[in-house]
Amino acid sequence: MSGPFRLAEGGTRLDRGRPIGFSLDGKRFTGFAGDTLASALLASGVRLVGRSFKRHRPRGLLTAGPEEPNALLRVERGPGRVDPNSRATLVELVPGLAASTQNAWPSVRFDAGAIFDRFAGHLAAGFYYKTFFRPGWAWHRLFEPAIRRVAGLGRAPEAPDPDRYLHRHVHCDLLIVGGGPAGLRAARRAARAGARVILADERPAPGGGLADTGTAGPRIAGETAAAWLAGLVAELDRAGEVVRLDRTTAQALHPSGYALLLERVSDHLREPDPRLPRERLWKVRPRAVLLATGAIERPLLFPDNDRPGILLAGAARAFLARQAVLPGRDLVVAAFDDSAYAAALELARAGARVHAIVDPRPEPGWAARTAAEAGLRVLAGWAPVGSEGGPGLRAVRLAPLDAKGRPEARGERTIPCDALLVSGGWTPAVQLWAQAGGAVAWDEAAAAFLPTRGPSWLAVAGAAAGARTLGEALAQADRAVDRLLAGLGFTPEAEPLPPIEEPEPARALPPWATPELWRRDPKATFVDFQNDVSVADLEGAVREGFSAPEHAKRWTTAGMATDQGKTAQPTALALLAASSVRPLEELAPTTMRPPWTPTSFGALAGVHRSDLFRPIRTTPLHGWAAAKGAIFEDVGHWKRPTAFPRPGESLEAAVARECRAVRTGVGLLDASTLGAFDVQGEDAASFLERIWTIDVADLPVGRCRYGLVLKDDGTVLDDGVVCRLAPNRFLLSTTTGGAARLHAWLERWAQTEWPELEVWITPVTEGRAVIAVQGPQSRLLLRRAVSGVDLSAKAFPHMAWREGWIGGVPVRIFRVSFTGELGFELHVPASRAEEVVETLERLAPDLEPTPYGIEAMHLLRLEKGYILVGHETDGTITPRDLGLERLLSSKKDFVGKRSLELPEHRSADRPRLVGLLPVDPTALPSVGGQLVERAEPGTPSLGRVSSAGRSPTLGRTIALGLVRADRARPGTRLLVYAADRPAIEVELCSPCFLDPEGARLRG
Amino acid sequence: MRFSLANVLRQGFSGQTGWPLQWRKAEPARSYDVVVVGGGGHGLATAYYLARNHLVRRVAVLEKGPIGLGNTGRNTTICRSNYLRPESIALYDHALRLWHGLSEELDYNVMFSPRGVLMLAHTRHEAEVLERHVHADRLAGVDNEWLSPAQAKAFCPPLEIRSLRFPVLGAALQRRGGTARHDAVAWAYARAASARGVDVCEGCEVTGIRVAGGRLVGLETRKGPIATETAVLVAAGHSSVLAKMAGFELPIVSYPLQALVSEPLKPCFPCVAMSGTIHAYVSQSDKGELVIGAGTDRYPSYGQKGSAPVIEDAVEAIAELFPIFRRVRMLRQWAGIVDVTPDRSPILGESPVRGLWLNCGWGTGGFKATPGSGHLTAWSLAHGKPHPLLVPFGLERFSTGRLVDEAAAAAVEH
Repeated sequence: MSGPFRLAEGGTRLDRGRPIGFSLDGKRFTGFAGDTLASALLASGVRLVGRSFKRHRPRGLLTAGPEEPNALLRVERGPGRVDPNSRATLVELVPGLAASTQNAWPSVRFDAGAIFDRFAGHLAAGFYYKTFFRPGWAWHRLFEPAIRRVAGLGRAPEAPDPDRYLHRHVHCDLLIVGGGPAGLRAARRAARAGARVILADERPAPGGGLADTGTAGPRIAGETAAAWLAGLVAELDRAGEVVRLDRTTAQALHPSGYALLLERVSDHLREPDPRLPRERLWKVRPRAVLLATGAIERPLLFPDNDRPGILLAGAARAFLARQAVLPGRDLVVAAFDDSAYAAALELARAGARVHAIVDPRPEPGWAARTAAEAGLRVLAGWAPVGSEGGPGLRAVRLAPLDAKGRPEARGERTIPCDALLVSGGWTPAVQLWAQAGGAVAWDEAAAAFLPTRGPSWLAVAGAAAGARTLGEALAQADRAVDRLLAGLGFTPEAEPLPPIEEPEPARALPPWATPELWRRDPKATFVDFQNDVSVADLEGAVREGFSAPEHAKRWTTAGMATDQGKTAQPTALALLAASSVRPLEELAPTTMRPPWTPTSFGALAGVHRSDLFRPIRTTPLHGWAAAKGAIFEDVGHWKRPTAFPRPGESLEAAVARECRAVRTGVGLLDASTLGAFDVQGEDAASFLERIWTIDVADLPVGRCRYGLVLKDDGTVLDDGVVCRLAPNRFLLSTTTGGAARLHAWLERWAQTEWPELEVWITPVTEGRAVIAVQGPQSRLLLRRAVSGVDLSAKAFPHMAWREGWIGGVPVRIFRVSFTGELGFELHVPASRAEEVVETLERLAPDLEPTPYGIEAMHLLRLEKGYILVGHETDGTITPRDLGLERLLSSKKDFVGKRSLELPEHRSADRPRLVGLLPVDPTALPSVGGQLVERAEPGTPSLGRVSSAGRSPTLGRTIALGLVRADRARPGTRLLVYAADRPAIEVELCSPCFLDPEGARLRG
Repeated sequence: MRFSLANVLRQGFSGQTGWPLQWRKAEPARSYDVVVVGGGGHGLATAYYLARNHLVRRVAVLEKGPIGLGNTGRNTTICRSNYLRPESIALYDHALRLWHGLSEELDYNVMFSPRGVLMLAHTRHEAEVLERHVHADRLAGVDNEWLSPAQAKAFCPPLEIRSLRFPVLGAALQRRGGTARHDAVAWAYARAASARGVDVCEGCEVTGIRVAGGRLVGLETRKGPIATETAVLVAAGHSSVLAKMAGFELPIVSYPLQALVSEPLKPCFPCVAMSGTIHAYVSQSDKGELVIGAGTDRYPSYGQKGSAPVIEDAVEAIAELFPIFRRVRMLRQWAGIVDVTPDRSPILGESPVRGLWLNCGWGTGGFKATPGSGHLTAWSLAHGKPHPLLVPFGLERFSTGRLVDEAAAAAVEH
């Protein structure tokens, strides 16, 4: 035995050979393997497990499942493994588990916050909208911090999570959610028909609610429920094409059919296996889905219906069946639904004293008669009207109801007890159905919203579809799965339903159907237990105009707690209807949103953390650069060398040295990250004509041309070089940062605007490496290495390309330059890149080819006034703003051209690219700094600094900027304003600081 | 009845039964001086300021469903004005100034909480873009400051700055920015407008727009025709649909934008943090939930349900930036429909139909502008010409080419 409320035998989940120690608020307890934290606490006689969100009322277990609103505990399983707000009903007991109560101080028993309950009358829903805001500063400074401290549930973890999470992507024919009898039978039927099935069940063991039935449960084909279930499960587990997942919750079902299943892999293991993840998210793309998600029992409405010791009859039955725990020794049962009678019978047979079963329905049905025949006292036409006790139930008050349903005070009786089992009928779990786009409609007979129309690939069966008996559930399951299988092309064989011995239940009375009970003390009659929403709150909402369901939800917060209103709906909606005198069928339930139960961020993120957060892209020359001492930085997903400082050399000195090498000798840049696209097809030339601003049609094979790509509004999207490889084949060399965007842009035009064009676009960035060889000695260097190409200026002019060899490696050589020097780019196969660069170094030790990084690259192009997309452009800059009118072909049309004709694009306040020379040649203007006449807030901005640097070649600071065209006269002096930095005076000049004639380039 | 502590206490003794309807459940009249189409925050604010500042007497707000349940009730409640273009800075800062003091103005606690908005930079390029914002804002007289990674960490302790795939290189902080309670904003404006005689008509969908000779003459609604010569379309998510009824097109594409909240936690996150590179924004609500903004879907849609990968992206980003939240659980996710313009700035001003005005195209960031948008739109309607701050945002900019491009404000690399 572990705990006074544990029976000496029984418990389908229990392993009595494995006792487990755990603690609550530091106090030690013992349970067994197979216990949940909830069952172990219940067995130990712990009733009070938390305080409510707002009024800090004592709360105990209400349920045995994921719908639990009250028993939210902070659970620790060692360093970093801290989970606030864990539902005790879902936490499986493992050794060393330390739980603590939340939202109570100093302790859950003596909680100072309980004072709030004394002011319940003042703390009605929405009271905080009506006060705390005068004077204006008081909310943020005074009241908000105080309210925040009392709000919130558990404390956030403080240490990083040591656990791992994985994702699995799968396809299947049929996904079945729910491993109860309907789900199991459907799975077997589908498996026998040859379908690939995934059966996901959130409980640790299959069987659903049927597995929680005991002696009063149905018999199937002459067998007990347990035996019949075991047979089904065994057959499924033998079937090859069935993946049966326990502890796996279907959290989301998207309208496309995409399903997210969360499998809890490790939390329940005695010794977590380091090879296993904590949780695994299954991303399933099923062809069809069957929901057999069951139903959730409803609590009742009467004053003080939230006292610890009052729990759902079905929960009590589950605790008895699974873990052999009694909810109390002296019980009263309030049966508004027949299922509570079965619970009463089983608990009585297990040794509990059932003092009375009250049933407000005047005509006792079969279940009531059976209970009476078994010797239980059934009070038909009676109902609970109150509860007594402090933080634990000591007695319930019962009263007979008169013909109008009013409790008769004279007949009222107080019965001492330590547990009250309630059942207000069942709410079909249609959340996933609704998430997927299925419709629901109010069904008065079932007193529930039932599924109606839905997508053709989706079906629902069992209690989720409103079935009230096992026989009905199995028949629905057969019909539903047969329909889905037929749609998938499978033909299941006829199979008769097993004979089932079970009573026909009488119609349940929903909790809201007894208004005289909930109107007695609306403030103390709770609808949403976790968020402390009472009947009075809903009535108040209607009174103040929040009678639309979504408004009422937001005003009162009913249904917004971590249980998403699983036990509160549709009761809250029904009360809303009653208070606003509208028929319930006119009120649509508020949108049901994923996930079904709260899902850890870790599980959603999977392996995508730190180095795996986003791909790290490295070039084929990464190793070479690293060996040369490169320091890397992130550019998009790429790692690119900033510079190659030598031991003891500062970054700035290294950059200056690299720049000098390119200006006077030869430098090597890894340019492999540049966007590269191979464009082929009969219409490749005309496609590019329409995209690029320059003429492409007349570009000869063997030549390259630099141009721009514009958005339709005429602003620069990207820039790049078009190289003609063959009459119908081009290579585009574009920017690193814009490559993905440009690809999408090209495809958009090719696929959606001009589908008639024969053109294919292939991104080829990763297939090759690009080595930029730049500097006056670049030709000298290549002459030693390259064979098969005449490198002379005459034979190989600027903006041409040739094919040749370096050693045994085929290489495409482009004579292009982003430095203003004579330069080439070598395109080589990725796998041979290191070989080529090492060959270059080996052949020319005297030339000292110097690796340079992107910092030097930026400076070199800055000295030349070459634009860098993303610096000089920001999505608003046109070619004319940049002084690049020469790149706009007048002979043809291209995307963006028409917009450039707008008068606005010629207005005097358009920006214009200029060079900026700081008057103090050592002062470096801030990039992003604003160009102004007076450096003080309130002055209009005339432009901005777009790039700046210390030019080693010129021995001074230089910058580029964009300034209003009417102010862009060379010689004009302006100030650079930058927040919290001194203003810097600059003089406007031409944006090209070096070799404006381009003599070096063409050398 | 005035909202005050005294009245809350007094009502506490009488079962809170004395509170009247917060806004009258009005049925539409046959004609109005001004009709506001759309009962979200912007529309209700417009109606309020028309009645309050301009004493326009016969004003109606027509709302398809219950008020405040479109993007007003679906956003992540961030208020800030740290934009890039002078026109935008002026517009959003006008709103931010109204946020400070709005609760008192409306006699309703809208829970505006200037907790500071921290925008993180993870690459050098992003740092330069954000620094440019800082300089532009400060020059315009709007607060925004640059923080080092350590300063950012000190301001927002749960933030990881080093062991990240993209380490934090710095952050821009606008201290006057923060959050507000979105539902309360709609309710407060409705209550205050209703008290000044505005008819807030719920369940009154507009089904047609009547135009004669290029002028607005009336609206068709589910509750019958309404004659009016002045109306403004303030129906984020469905602006294009309404424009079509009036016979013109808007340069708007509508996408689902998603958000999610965690389970409630005790206070653990002191500000609003946003990251462009790894796309996520987060703050903690007064109730304790982490409120997390995700991205837009890649395809246009009017379905208020978003795709799963977008949520996953946002959660990955949060778990990466704030490792202590990795075990925290997502409670609920949802989507709203955002109307995105080519330059990511709103469309404010008169439409091609005389008398029919536009207040739309706020994209992913309309909530923060609510008071300013309503205030300036009301001014424009009352004066029959756009308020000077709204002049740059007219629809005609898409034909003249004078765009107010704020795409860079979302730190999108160009």
